[in-house]
Amino acid sequence: MAAPLALLLIVAVTIRAALFRTSLANLISERVEVVSPLNAWKRVVEGLALLDLDISPYSGDVFHETPMVIYLFHFLMDYAEITFMLADCLTAVALYLAVKDYNKQVFRKQKFALEADRIPMDCLELIRSPTEMYYIPLKVAMFYLLNPFTIVSCVAKCTCGLNNAVIALFILSTMRGGCLIYGLFTVASAGLYTKLDFALLSAIFLALATYHLSVPDLTPNIGLFWYFFAEMFDHFRLFFLCVFQINVFFYTLPLSIKLKEHPVFLIFMQIALIAIFKSYPTVGDLSLYMAFLPVWNHLYRFLRNIFLVSCVLLACSALFPVLWHLWIYAGSANSNFYYAITLLFSVAQILLVSDYFYAFLRREHHLTNGLYLKKKDGSEATLVLK
Amino acid sequence: MAIRRLKHTRTHAHACMLQTPLDDFQEELVIRPLHSGDIYASFQFRTVWDADFMGDQKVSHYRLFPKSLGQVITKFSVRELHISFTQGYWRTMQWGQPYLPSPPGAELWVWFQDTVTDVDGTWKELTNVLSGIFCASLNFIDSTNTVQPSASFKPLGIGNVTDHSFLRYATLPREIVCTENLTPWKKLLPCGSKAGLSVLLKSEKLFHSTFHSQAVHVRPVCQDPQCRTTSMELRQTLNVVFDLHTSGQGKREWSLFKMFSRTLTEACPLASSSKVYVDVTDNPQFELSPATPLLTQAVVLGDRRTYSVYDLTQQASFGSSRSLNMLLRWKAADGEMLRPLLHSERYVAGYGLQAGEIHTLIYNHHPYRAFPVLLLSAVPWYLRLYIHTLTVSSKGKDNRPSYIHYQPSKDRERPHLLEMLLQLPPNSVTEVTVEFERALLKWTEYTPDPNHGFYVGSSVISALVPSVVAMDTNSTLDRPLFSSFFPCKEEASYFMRVYTEPLLVNLPTPDFSMPYNVICLTCTVVAVGYGSLYNLLTRTFQVDEPSPGLAKRIANVIRRFRGVPLL
Repeated sequence: MAAPLALLLIVAVTIRAALFRTSLANLISERVEVVSPLNAWKRVVEGLALLDLDISPYSGDVFHETPMVIYLFHFLMDYAEITFMLADCLTAVALYLAVKDYNKQVFRKQKFALEADRIPMDCLELIRSPTEMYYIPLKVAMFYLLNPFTIVSCVAKCTCGLNNAVIALFILSTMRGGCLIYGLFTVASAGLYTKLDFALLSAIFLALATYHLSVPDLTPNIGLFWYFFAEMFDHFRLFFLCVFQINVFFYTLPLSIKLKEHPVFLIFMQIALIAIFKSYPTVGDLSLYMAFLPVWNHLYRFLRNIFLVSCVLLACSALFPVLWHLWIYAGSANSNFYYAITLLFSVAQILLVSDYFYAFLRREHHLTNGLYLKKKDGSEATLVLK
Repeated sequence: MAIRRLKHTRTHAHACMLQTPLDDFQEELVIRPLHSGDIYASFQFRTVWDADFMGDQKVSHYRLFPKSLGQVITKFSVRELHISFTQGYWRTMQWGQPYLPSPPGAELWVWFQDTVTDVDGTWKELTNVLSGIFCASLNFIDSTNTVQPSASFKPLGIGNVTDHSFLRYATLPREIVCTENLTPWKKLLPCGSKAGLSVLLKSEKLFHSTFHSQAVHVRPVCQDPQCRTTSMELRQTLNVVFDLHTSGQGKREWSLFKMFSRTLTEACPLASSSKVYVDVTDNPQFELSPATPLLTQAVVLGDRRTYSVYDLTQQASFGSSRSLNMLLRWKAADGEMLRPLLHSERYVAGYGLQAGEIHTLIYNHHPYRAFPVLLLSAVPWYLRLYIHTLTVSSKGKDNRPSYIHYQPSKDRERPHLLEMLLQLPPNSVTEVTVEFERALLKWTEYTPDPNHGFYVGSSVISALVPSVVAMDTNSTLDRPLFSSFFPCKEEASYFMRVYTEPLLVNLPTPDFSMPYNVICLTCTVVAVGYGSLYNLLTRTFQVDEPSPGLAKRIANVIRRFRGVPLL
C-alpha cells in the first residue's frame, strides 16, 4: 500500500506545484471563499512586515493568527509553498494511517460480534469484508489530496491547511492511543510559547479570543455569520452572537453520549458541524471532513438525499464566484445573491451531515434488530424515528 | 472737588489692580491676481493679547480678544488651536501656492498644555464646544478620525515641545461650509462685520466662489526678541478665489464692488493698522485705480513680491467719495506661470469593491535641489491598508523613506496613521503606492446615502522648501501679516504645507431593506440543522405500526375504564 500512496502524494504535489507557477495562484489567494481574515496568507505577510517595523502585529486588527505561525514563517518565508504542500501531504498520510487503524478495529469488533452471535441472521449483507475495506485508506488520502477545495486552499497558502494537519495528527494520535505524538505536540508548543512572556501571551490570546467570539470583521465568506451580523439590529447583537457561538459547540455533549462507542464517527460529525457553523469558514475546513466520506461507503444504501445534496454542493461551488463577481465587480447583483448561495451551501452541508448520521444510526439499528423487519401482522415494515 | 476725588480713587484703584493686559488688533487684505484670470483675496485679522493664559492669573477682562475663544483656551488648557473650514480644492498648478493652505472640509489640530492629564477626554469636550461655537458638525470628530502625528505638526507658536501625546489632529472631509459657519466666525472679530475690512465679508458673494476657506489660529508668540514674555495671538484668516468666468464675466477686470458687492468706507476704529495690499509684481501693464504712492516689497513663499499698499487709517485713501473701490485691470500675460516647487496629487486605482490602491504623487519642480518632505496620511479603518505593499519610487527607481511611523488601525476605534520622511530628487515625481481592502460595515454604520461613497481625508505634505530669495528670519520686524505666519528659522528655505485631494471611495453595501428577512432566513437554516440533529439524537428507530381508527380508540378508552382487555 505504500507504493500507491507514494504515487498519490507525487501526483498531488505535482498538481500543486504546477498551479503555484501559474498566475492563478495570485487570483485564488484573493478569493473570499478560500481565505478568510483569520487565515489569509496576505495577513501573515502583513504581520511579518509589521514585526519588521517594530510594531506588534496584534496592535492593529489585521493579524489574527497564533504566535506560532509568526515564528514558523519568520524562518520559513522563502519555503512557504513547500511548507503548505508538506502540510497537505502530512494530513493525507496521517488520515491514511488513522483510517487504516480504524478499519482494523472495526474488523476486529465485527469478528467478536459475529462469534458472540450478536448479529441477526438476515444482516449478513451488512457485514463488511476485508477486501472491500482494503482500499478505503487510500481513498481517504485521495479524497483529501485531490479534492479541488484542498488544492485551491493550498495554492492560496491558506493557513487552514496547517490547522488541518494539526487536527489530522491529533486524530492519528487518538487512534494510536499513543502518548508519543501527544507529548511531542505539547513540548513543541510549550517550547515556542516560552519565548513570549506570559503577560503578552495572555494579552494575545485574549485579543484572539475576543476576535473569534465577537465577530467584528464582516468580510463575506461561505458561512452564515457575516451577513447575519451585518444586518443585525444593534439591540440583539450580543444575544445572537452568544446563540451562534454556543451553537457551534452545543452538539458536542449530546453527540458524545449518542456516539460513545463510535469515536471516529463522532470526530467526523464534530469537524463537520464546526466547519458549517464556525464564524469564518473556508473551503479548506470542508475538505477535512469530506476526506472521511470514503470511510462510510458502506452506508450508501441507507442514504436518502445524497444525489440532491451533491448536486446542490456542486452548483453552489460554481455559483459562488459568479455571484461574487456580479456583486463586487459588475455591480448588477447585490449582496443578497451571494447570501442566498451561502444559505443553500449551508443547508446542503447540514443535509449531508444529517443524512450520514441517519444512515449510520439506521445501520446500527439493523445490526441489532435485523435487516428485514416485519410489522405485527407480518407485512413489510417501515422504520421511522419516534 | 468731588470729581477730582473720584478720579483719584479710580486711578488709585487702577494702580492697585493688576496691570490691565494690552491687546492690539491689525487687519489686512491681500489681493493677488492669478495667472489664470481668477483673483485671490486673503483677509487676515490678528489680535495679539499680552495675557498669560498659561500662568496662574485668571483672565476675566476681555476687550478685543473674543471671550468665547478665551474661555475655551483656559478651560481646556489649550496651547495652540488651528481650525479651518474650506469649500473647494486649491488648484496649485493654476493658482500657485496659497498664503495659508487648508484641506477641503474641516480640519482641526490642537496642542494641549502638558498639565492636561486626560488628553482624549479633553479633546472630545473641546470638539463639542467648538462645534457649538462655529455651528459646524465637529462633534463627528471622534477616535475613528483623530490621529496623533509624530512629526508633521510641530507647534507654530513658541515652545519646544517634543511630547506628541499632547497633539491631536482630525479632519472632516465631508463637512460643508456655508453662511452658518461664516456668521459666528465674523462675530469673533472686534469690529464684527460693521466696520473695517470685515464689511466686505458678505456671504452671497463669498460663497459664489471657486474656493473659500476661513480659519482661526490661536498660538502663543513672543512679545520681544529676547522672548521674556509671551502673548496670545489670534489670527482669523479668510481666503477666497473668485472665478474669471462665473464671477468675473470673462473679463480680467476686477473691483472690490465686483468681488464683494461692497466698498470700503472706513478702517476698524479698534485696529492699530488696517491695510490693503495689491500684488503688482506679475504684470507691468497693470492698471490700478485709484493710484497709490505706497509700494512695499516682501518676501513671500520664497519669492520677492511688490505690493501697492492702501492704508485705511489715513483718510486720504478714501478720496473725495469717502469710499475705496479699487479697480484692477490687466491683460492676459503670455507664457507660463512660475511653477510652484512642491505639488502633489492623489487618486485611487483599481476596480471593483473588494480592493484598491492609493497612489500619492509628489512633484519636486526645483531644477537642481533635492529636499526632504514629511508625508502624513490618515486613512479610515474601513480601508484596510497593507503596509507590506507600500512602495515608494522616484524616477522609476525605488526610494526608501528614511523614517516611517505607522500605526495600524483598530476596527471602529482608530484610523491608520502613516508618516514618512521622503527625499525628493530634483525635478522628479515620487509615487507612493499602498494597497487596501474594502471592509463590509454593519448596516447602521453607513451614511444615509451609502452609494455616494466614503471620504478619505487629505494627506498632508510638510516640507522646508529651498528658497531662491533669502528669507527674513527676524520675526519682530514690521512685516505684512500674510508673510509672517509660518516661523522662519533659516534664510535658505521656507516652510510649506501642501494638502492633497480628498478621496471618495465606494464600499460594498448590504441590502438595507433586509434585516428582518436575513435574520429569519439564517435562523431557519440554523433551525434546520438543529432540528435534524435533535431528531436523530433524541429519537430511536421503531417499526411503524398503523394507529387504530377513531372508533376503536374511543372503545379502548372505555374498556380501560371498565378494566376489560383492549381491542
